[in-house]
Amino acid sequence: MLEDVTEAERKALAQCRHAVLGSDRPLRLDCGVELGPYRVAYQTYGTLNADKSNAVLVCHALTGDQFVAGKHPVTGREGWWESLVGPGKVLDPARYYIVCSNVLGGCMGTTGPLAKDPAGNQPWNLRFPVVTVGDMVRAQAALLDHLGIPDLFCVIGGSMGGMQVLQWAASFPKRVFAAVPIACAARHSAQNIAFHEVGRQAIMADPEWKGGDYRIYGTAPERGLAVARMTAHITYLSELALQRKFGRNLQDRNALGFGFDADFQVESYLRHQGSTFVDRFDANSYLYITRAMDYFDLAGQHGGVLANAFKGTATRFCSISFTSDWLFPTRENRAIVQALNAAAANVSFVEVETDKGHDAFLLDEPEMFRTLSGFLQGAASARGLR
Amino acid sequence: MNTAPIRVDLQLIADMVGPGGRALDVGCGDGALLAYLVNFKRVDARGMELSQAGVNACVANGLSVIQGDADTDLRDYPDDAFDYVILSQTLQATREPREVLKQMLRVGKRAIVSFPNFAHWQVRLRLVFGGRMPETPSLPFKWYDTPNIHLCSIDDFRALCRDMGVRVERAVVLNRNSRRIHMPPLLANLFGEQAVFMLRRD
Repeated sequence: MLEDVTEAERKALAQCRHAVLGSDRPLRLDCGVELGPYRVAYQTYGTLNADKSNAVLVCHALTGDQFVAGKHPVTGREGWWESLVGPGKVLDPARYYIVCSNVLGGCMGTTGPLAKDPAGNQPWNLRFPVVTVGDMVRAQAALLDHLGIPDLFCVIGGSMGGMQVLQWAASFPKRVFAAVPIACAARHSAQNIAFHEVGRQAIMADPEWKGGDYRIYGTAPERGLAVARMTAHITYLSELALQRKFGRNLQDRNALGFGFDADFQVESYLRHQGSTFVDRFDANSYLYITRAMDYFDLAGQHGGVLANAFKGTATRFCSISFTSDWLFPTRENRAIVQALNAAAANVSFVEVETDKGHDAFLLDEPEMFRTLSGFLQGAASARGLR
Repeated sequence: MNTAPIRVDLQLIADMVGPGGRALDVGCGDGALLAYLVNFKRVDARGMELSQAGVNACVANGLSVIQGDADTDLRDYPDDAFDYVILSQTLQATREPREVLKQMLRVGKRAIVSFPNFAHWQVRLRLVFGGRMPETPSLPFKWYDTPNIHLCSIDDFRALCRDMGVRVERAVVLNRNSRRIHMPPLLANLFGEQAVFMLRRD
């Protein structure tokens, strides 16, 4: 299945592992389509111990990927959760076997709209079935089966990664000893969906998008994807953080330009965010993954009662939110905690004081590290991990 | 493992909790009692604490604690979720003590409550002869900035239990040196500085 991958995927797959799954038993997607075979690209850190009790699954967010730590093969930058994963850090490969896979629908090596359809002649593009967070998690579970990992010491992730954590706890409670959903929600709100729709419309309004068939036409909807990223990026920051970082400072000039160049630093910053994003991300993949988040509604999967998703669970939970996160505000995270309480689950909940907005979960937040380290320490001793 | 001794009234509560059960400590502060229950009594102990700083410190120490308010957040838990629900030195600071007690006894099979006795002789003296709102070691606040909005005496509390049809399984009264005193109710209400009650639905 390695023929006809994109340049970025080729570089990614050269630096990580991958498994071809579903050849014998296809993945039954929520939309009803059976997908198989499909490829899952993943990265591991550390070693699985003898009794297979130290596996940690890290779930990445919308535009993340399997390269949690270490130099990224496409961007050359450090891993997206370098602050958390590495020697001497909260998730230390000396102690845990850390696995992170690119989500289904992604563009870093796992099967998504970039892959060839079963006829084998063209990329799926928009003919790729719409996937859900539940499908992503089922693909991860299939990967664990493939790797011979019976259950996970911990599933952890922020934002869409947190949604996967919740889905894991609901779908495979016996395979999850501890779950850490960070800065997320049990469902995507109207405002969340609205922002995603703006991003998707930006992509689809780009004439280069060509109904999703840009790879066939040899074009690339870079302008649209960049605008989608710019919009989304604003939602990841707090107003205060933007103000502190940029204020009304001008970019490379002393006076207003009376035109539409990037007069302000904040404009220049967003343009930069947009233009670097298109080098590493695929526009169709962006459509699919944002859709998966929009469709996420864990209570909806359980008769409208979120607590039912966690009925009888023995998993230990630690939920973390950030005071200035307005994309997945504390009240959404607290709703998860309330449902867990209603299910009499073992749950801790910490709201971290920060002005860094939603992105705080990716940044150096000592309070978050202390919380995670304390929670994991407690869970590890309960599991009898050294 | 932290082996430092805990406050006398917390130790008293800890001694009332049977080993190996499930307990919820409402207003768990820095988690001293929780840690003791987990480490020495193998209790599956959870906490709820209003102050975020307290919660964060507890979770960083590996304890299961959420940020929450006794007045509003006990409602989230199902019936009989715990063997014990503990409220130490917090009842007098709740908005609706009666409702909190009711919720505690719904969520837990037993409730353990400790509170300062407002009928202690020092309190009485200060009010009667000093003519000022009492400030004592267990009630060290000025009237205008005290969190204690629903103070009661030991007899008041017993009356509430009777009124609610709650059975008092145990009642321990401590004097101002945190020593247990054994006296008839009238005197206990005079010499007790604080009390610990273990309650059960009748």
